[in-house]
Amino acid sequence: MYPILEAESIAPDVRRIVVEAPKVAKKHRAGQFVIVRVTPNGERIPLTIAESDTEAGSITLFVQAIGRTTMLLCELEPGDCLVDVAGPLGRASEINRYAGVAVVVGGGVGTAIAYPIACALAAEGNRVIAIIGGRTKEYVLLEDQLRSHGIEVIPCTDDGSYGRKGFVTEALIDVVADENVAVVFTIGPVPMMAAVAEVTRADEIETVASLNPIMVDGTGMCGGCRVEVGGETKFACVDGPEFNAHEVDFRLLQRWNTSYRAFETGQLEDLKSLDAEHHEQLLAPVRGVCARTALS
Amino acid sequence: MIKISRRALMKLDRIEMPARDPLERAACFDEVNMGLTPEDATIEAMRCLQCKTPICIEGCPVNIQIDQFIDLVAHGDIRRAAEVIRMDSLLPAICGRVCPQEAQCEGACVLDKKHKPIAIGHLERYVADTIRNYGLEPPLEPIKPSGKSVAIVGSGPAGLACAGDLAKSGHQVHVYEALHKPGGVLIYGIPEFRLPKDIVQSEIDGLKNLGVEFEMNAIIGRTITMEELLTEEGYDAVFVGVGAGLPRFLGIEGENLIGVYSANEFLTRVNLMGAFREDTETPVLDLTGKRVVVFGGGNTAMDSARTPLRLGAEEVRVAYRRTEAEMPARVEEIQHAKEEGIVFDFLVSPLELLGNEEGWLTGVRFQRMELGEPDDSGRRRPVPIAGEIFDLDADVVIVAIGNSSNPLLPATEPHLKQTRWGTLEADETTGRTTMQGVFAGGDIVTGGATVILAMGAGRIAAASINEYLETGVWESNPASEPALQPAPA
Repeated sequence: MYPILEAESIAPDVRRIVVEAPKVAKKHRAGQFVIVRVTPNGERIPLTIAESDTEAGSITLFVQAIGRTTMLLCELEPGDCLVDVAGPLGRASEINRYAGVAVVVGGGVGTAIAYPIACALAAEGNRVIAIIGGRTKEYVLLEDQLRSHGIEVIPCTDDGSYGRKGFVTEALIDVVADENVAVVFTIGPVPMMAAVAEVTRADEIETVASLNPIMVDGTGMCGGCRVEVGGETKFACVDGPEFNAHEVDFRLLQRWNTSYRAFETGQLEDLKSLDAEHHEQLLAPVRGVCARTALS
Repeated sequence: MIKISRRALMKLDRIEMPARDPLERAACFDEVNMGLTPEDATIEAMRCLQCKTPICIEGCPVNIQIDQFIDLVAHGDIRRAAEVIRMDSLLPAICGRVCPQEAQCEGACVLDKKHKPIAIGHLERYVADTIRNYGLEPPLEPIKPSGKSVAIVGSGPAGLACAGDLAKSGHQVHVYEALHKPGGVLIYGIPEFRLPKDIVQSEIDGLKNLGVEFEMNAIIGRTITMEELLTEEGYDAVFVGVGAGLPRFLGIEGENLIGVYSANEFLTRVNLMGAFREDTETPVLDLTGKRVVVFGGGNTAMDSARTPLRLGAEEVRVAYRRTEAEMPARVEEIQHAKEEGIVFDFLVSPLELLGNEEGWLTGVRFQRMELGEPDDSGRRRPVPIAGEIFDLDADVVIVAIGNSSNPLLPATEPHLKQTRWGTLEADETTGRTTMQGVFAGGDIVTGGATVILAMGAGRIAAASINEYLETGVWESNPASEPALQPAPA
C-alpha cells in the first residue's frame, strides 16, 4: 500500500496528489511515469510523475477525473492509499542546454506533466517560455509555480476568460516568429500535440511530444502501447514516452486510445449510477488504511 | 492396494485424464483436466515397468526420481511419493500440468513403443494435488541460517525454483517482481483453465513459509538498479530470471490496427487483470460473436486461441505456417483445442492485416505455403506457393509468435553482456553472467522456452550460487567485467 500524504483540487476535476513511494522518488527523473492501481480489482494506469521529493520519499501526481479509475483516484484524501505504484518507468527527458529558447506547450492537465520538464530546462540554464492552455481560467494550471522558476508564461484560454484568447498553437506561432526557438516540448491532448508538431514542422524546429497511449504493464512486456514513429512501431513504455513529434503518427494514436471507449463509457455510467454508500464501498479497501502511516 | 496381475497390467492401455466436456468447458474458465481418481492413479502407476535404468529420469530437465515416486504411488504412499518429487522439484502441481511430458519423461518411457507411455505428468499432478488438498505437507524442518542473502529478480518459474532451493540452504531470499502479483508467466500468461491461479498461489505460499520474501512493483533497473542490489541493498548474490518479455510482431502492414493484440497483452488482460470477470475494471475487446485468428503454433498460441472461446467468440482459427507435425505446442493442448472447436489453418503465413476507415481490423491476407528443405532447426522450411493468396475475415488477431528479450534490465546495467540475440550472456552449467555475483537463467538466457526448463535453470543457478557463497570464488570468465564488490567470504 502506498499512502497518500497530500491531496487537493487545483482545478475543476483536477487533483494534485502526493504519494509516499520512496524508491520511486529516489530514482525519478523528469519525463518518467508510474503505473498506478487505485483499488484491489482496479486497472493499471500510467501517470506521469510531476515532482519527486527524495527527503519525504514522495512523488506528486496530477490527475484529471475523466474515466472511472481517475474519478476514484480523485476522490482519495490524505490517509487513504493506492494499492500499487510501480516505477519510475520510461526514458527520462533529454534535457540539454540549447542555443535558443526552449518552449514548453502544455494543455490542461498536460501542463502539470510539462512542469518538471520546464523546470529541468530552466535549471540547465535555458531561457524557457511556457505556453499553457485551458478551456477557461480555472484550467490554466501552475502559472505561479512556473514563474517562480524564472519561466516566462503565456497563459491561453479557449474562451478568453484569462490570458490570450485561443489555442496554444496560435501563441506558439507568434513565439516561433518572434524568438529564436531551439526546441519545443509538448504535452496534452493528442490533437493539440499534433497541431503543435505542424507549427514547428516547416522550420524543422526540434519538437518532442510526450505520448499517453493505453498501457497495461508499462515494462515492455505486453506491447499494448504501440505507437508509430517515423514509420516504425515503438513501445511508448520502454522506447518513450517522449518521441520526435514530427515523426509520430498522431492519427493512429488518437484512434488507438479509443479502442475501449464503449467499455469505458459503461464503467463510468456504472460508477455514476451507484448510490453514495455503494460508491464508497468501492474505495473501502484503501480508505483511511494508511492514516497512521501518514501521521507518523 | 489394488491387485492386478502383471499380465493383465501389460494389456492395459494408459489411463486417460478425465477432462471436462468440451462444450461445457469452452464456455467457462474452470480447469479442463479434472485429475486422476486414486484408483486410476494407482493402476496407472502399477503399469510402470520399474526399469533398471529408468531413462525417463534423463528425459526430465530436473531429473525427478520418477521410478521411485511412481512405485510409491502404486503402493498408495502418496506422502512419500511427494517427498521424492520435492527433492528435485518444488513446483510439482504446476509442472504436472504444464510440462511437455511427451517430449521429456514420457517421450523416453519404454512403453511408448508398444503401449502408450506412463502418464508421468498426470501422476505428478495427482501426488501434488493430493498432498495439497488433504493438507499432507510435511512439517517444515528448521533451517540453519547461513547469514547470506540473495536477491531474485523476477518471480516466474526460474525465480521461484531458485528461491526455493536457496531458502532451503538457509539464505535470506528476497524476490523482486515488476507486476503487482507474483508468479510471472504462471500468473499473467497461462490461463486459469490450464493452471488454476490458486495452485500457483499455494506454491508461492509454500515458499513464503520457507522464509522467502516477495516485493511487488519493483522493476530492477528502474526502481532499484542491479548494482544497488549488490552494494546498497547488500545482497551477496543476485539471480536474474526476468523472462523474455518483449512480444514479437510480424512487421507487416496493419499491425497497429485496433483488434491486433500480442498474446502477452491479450493473456495479461484476461489472466492477470481478470478482464473476464464482472468485478474487475480492466477491459478486453468484446469478443462476443467475433471471429478471432491466432498466429503461431506454440503453447501460447493454444492459450490465446482457447481463451477467446471462453469469452464468447463465434469462431477461432489458428494460423500456422508449417504443419501440425512441426507445432511446438504440447500434444494435449492441441488435442484440447481441437475438441473445443478451434479451427487450424496449416501452411499459411499472414501477409497483411486489413482494416476499415476507422482503424479497426477487418481481416487477414494470407499466403499459402508448402514445406521445402530443412532449415537450421531441422524442420522443413515453409516456402510460399506463388500466386496462392487469400483473405480471411477477422475481428481480432492475436500474435503469438514468441518473445524477444526485454531490454529494460540489460540497458540499465552495462556490466551485463548480451548475446547478439539480446539474451543475457550466462554460463549454461552455472548460470554465471558477466557481472560478478550475478547469475541468470530461464527465458532471459535461452529465449522463449518452457516452464520446466526455466525451473531447471533456476535450480542450476541456485546450486552455483550456493557454491559461490561458500567459496567466494568467481571463476574468471573471459568476458567478465572487473568486480564491482569484493566477493563475500
